[in-house]
Amino acid sequence: MAFSRRGLMAAAGAPVLMRVADALAQGIQPRRGGILQTILTPEPPILQLGVNNQGPTLVAASKMFQSLLTFSPTLEPIPVLAKSWEVSGDGREYVFRLQDNVKFHDGTPMTADDVIFSIMRFHMELAPRARAIFQMIDSATAPDPLTVRLTLKQPFQPFLLMFEVTACCIVSKRLFDGQDFRTAPTVQRPVGTGPFRFVEWQRGNFVRLERFEEYWKPGQPYLDGIIYRIVPDSQSRRLAIETGQVQMTQANDIEPFDVPGLRQRPNLTVETKGWEYFSPLSWMEINHRVAPLGDPRVRRAMSMAIDRNFITNRLWFGVGKPATNPIASTTRFHDTAVKIAGHDVRTANQLLDAAGLRPNAQGIRATLKHIPLPYGEIWTRLSEYLRQSMRQIGIQLEMESVDAGSWARRIGNWEYETSVNFVYQYGDPTLGVERTYVSSNIQRVTFTNTGGYANPRVDELFLAARSAADATERQRAFTDAQKILVEEVPQIWLTELAFPTIHDKKLNNVITTGVGVHTSFDDVFLAG
Amino acid sequence: MDLTRLPGFLAARLAKAAVVILAIVVCNFLLIHAAPGDPASVIAGQSGAADERFLAQLREQFGLDRPLHVQLWIYLKGVLTLDLGFSHRQQLPVWTLIQARLPATLLLTGTAFVFAIVTGVTLGALAARRVGRWADSLITVIALTFYATPLFWIGLMLVLVFSVWLEWLPSFGMSSVGVELHGMAVVLDVAQHLLLPALTLGLFYLAVYARLTRATMLEVADQDFVKTARAKGVPEGRVLRAHVLRNAMLPVITFAGIQAGQLVGGAILVETVFAWPGIGRLAFDALLARDYAVLLGVFFCTSVMVVAFNLVTDLLYAVVDPRVEAVG
Repeated sequence: MAFSRRGLMAAAGAPVLMRVADALAQGIQPRRGGILQTILTPEPPILQLGVNNQGPTLVAASKMFQSLLTFSPTLEPIPVLAKSWEVSGDGREYVFRLQDNVKFHDGTPMTADDVIFSIMRFHMELAPRARAIFQMIDSATAPDPLTVRLTLKQPFQPFLLMFEVTACCIVSKRLFDGQDFRTAPTVQRPVGTGPFRFVEWQRGNFVRLERFEEYWKPGQPYLDGIIYRIVPDSQSRRLAIETGQVQMTQANDIEPFDVPGLRQRPNLTVETKGWEYFSPLSWMEINHRVAPLGDPRVRRAMSMAIDRNFITNRLWFGVGKPATNPIASTTRFHDTAVKIAGHDVRTANQLLDAAGLRPNAQGIRATLKHIPLPYGEIWTRLSEYLRQSMRQIGIQLEMESVDAGSWARRIGNWEYETSVNFVYQYGDPTLGVERTYVSSNIQRVTFTNTGGYANPRVDELFLAARSAADATERQRAFTDAQKILVEEVPQIWLTELAFPTIHDKKLNNVITTGVGVHTSFDDVFLAG
Repeated sequence: MDLTRLPGFLAARLAKAAVVILAIVVCNFLLIHAAPGDPASVIAGQSGAADERFLAQLREQFGLDRPLHVQLWIYLKGVLTLDLGFSHRQQLPVWTLIQARLPATLLLTGTAFVFAIVTGVTLGALAARRVGRWADSLITVIALTFYATPLFWIGLMLVLVFSVWLEWLPSFGMSSVGVELHGMAVVLDVAQHLLLPALTLGLFYLAVYARLTRATMLEVADQDFVKTARAKGVPEGRVLRAHVLRNAMLPVITFAGIQAGQLVGGAILVETVFAWPGIGRLAFDALLARDYAVLLGVFFCTSVMVVAFNLVTDLLYAVVDPRVEAVG
């Protein structure tokens, strides 16, 4: 049994083989059976990827849906629904060969038609992120039912990164074609090709997924099912993992200040890997339209007033690391030689003097409004720390607490002075970094260049990096862009975030790729 | 009670209730739309990427691109035909969402309600009977403690003791998920999950009922008709039950009426701490997500409950105390 499984693994791809081999090396045989109880928070409105792409949706739906590829921690592609692929020499043609015998949960086979429909119609219509990239596709054809050929209008080097399940899951054409994608009945009962199929969702209570018997990897998945419990209170979530009522927590489930306590539990493992594909970078969000924030010297001084080590060590308790420049160190083309100025309050004060921002009798140079990010206690603590550090350079932050709805609206409408934000980088600066700094993306929508930073040279460099087919050429452009950005500090980068995945030691193969808890979990198993 | 006047009374009260509820609906609608942000921007803010077309598509789908008075008119027409609208965010009719959550809340608040009244009134009566003695002091101290302690803290402490230390009871949820249970096992399982949240929610009200019963009973016990009853030789137990307690019930009923009106929406905190899948959390999540239709739907149900229980309370007065007349 184990022997034949290994043979099949080899067909599925070397990295997968290595993971099972790792487990075997530790003397743990993958074991069939058991239900994984875990947590989902906050409760997603809809579990159909594409129609909804919020964080919790990605976590649960990635067990039901798959894409052509997934990515290793160093962002190398790993085959999923595509067993192999070729890229033409000019970087314009991509040919994917699909796995045989892939079935949707309704029993119908998945073919090239479904893949093309998903890319060209489904995600193109629904998902802003996919739309921006897939518009570059000139033609999409299926030479045979298990081959997809995509031809681009121009070479686009990060193209493969878009074929990850959180960006482009494969849906059934039969279930969506001819309907409004957002209101189709299948949206309430998602149907994908993943190892787990949707069974039940009692709102406010739990989502139950069950092993899909006709999954295309024989013998997998190992788990009989996954249950996502909806637990709205962070202390209750901590108790749930502590008392063993759930075996795993992920993403925002556990507040960072609860992590040290859970690290002490002998039966639990705390992992912070598995966010390399997303590489969320947090920053103090700056509105350049508000004086004196338009002055790069002021922004640089504010950046120097912040002790990033304090933030990672004392607020996040070692989860994540200090940011060094606008591109996270786990994202491609990060240049380790380009660094923002370090923590130095004295120089920061001198910079502000030089910028003509003199302190008044109370020692205050400027008063700015600040909106903490309303996503949990930790962000309030961060903003309190920022207020303290800004006070050292005579900048007074006045807190304005708002809820998530107001926050999104105010950032999107540029109705803020300073705030805190974090943004996913999706593996490549063209996909996830460029959008914050190019002037062509100054829009009244969250996660665009809401700060209003504009530098023609930076625009040029990002454009050059976007259209170049050659990686060294792109590296040059990105390095130059990083150099300018660390001087002008358009946003005050704080930390490279990571989220703790805390799980029972009996649970194996949890974090094996660069997308972490967003893999399909087809090789996750409960030992003993 | 004069039964011939009851239909007129009911008709008048129902007509008033309809006007009140309609006014509440309009006020709620305007208030909710005055909050900054809309469902589309919330979704954009949580999706990690968005563009203007995405926002425009969502706003059109949600009907937010129409003028406010048109949206209000559409909503009112719906409510008048008992159609609470559609949650575009969740792609489900509001009534379906509320219906799914209502039983959980009613079970929790109903249990807490009954527990609070029965235990509270009993303890209050006991304290009144032993006024000034150690039993009275003990009950008063306990009642005051529960009255003064925040709900969520009591909840967390109960969890700490019964779930973490003793491992007797589950700390969250309404039932065990992923195990096959049948018949009595299901009831027992839910009861186990219910115990801590119901206790948490009930303890506060228990304190109120105990204090209220004790105070009014002492007041009534001093009155002449009680002395007369005792002078007639009525046994002490009967004096307390039939003469004192019954007359002391009116303030308790008033308060119970108010609490009953909050049965639907009043348990948000407890539902959150214990991950109880009730309607309070539905409303709270809807508020954060600016899911207008769901929020209005919950408000509508809550206001209907409040109005209905006020009516029931008024009728109960007349039953308990024949001197009170049901007059519209």
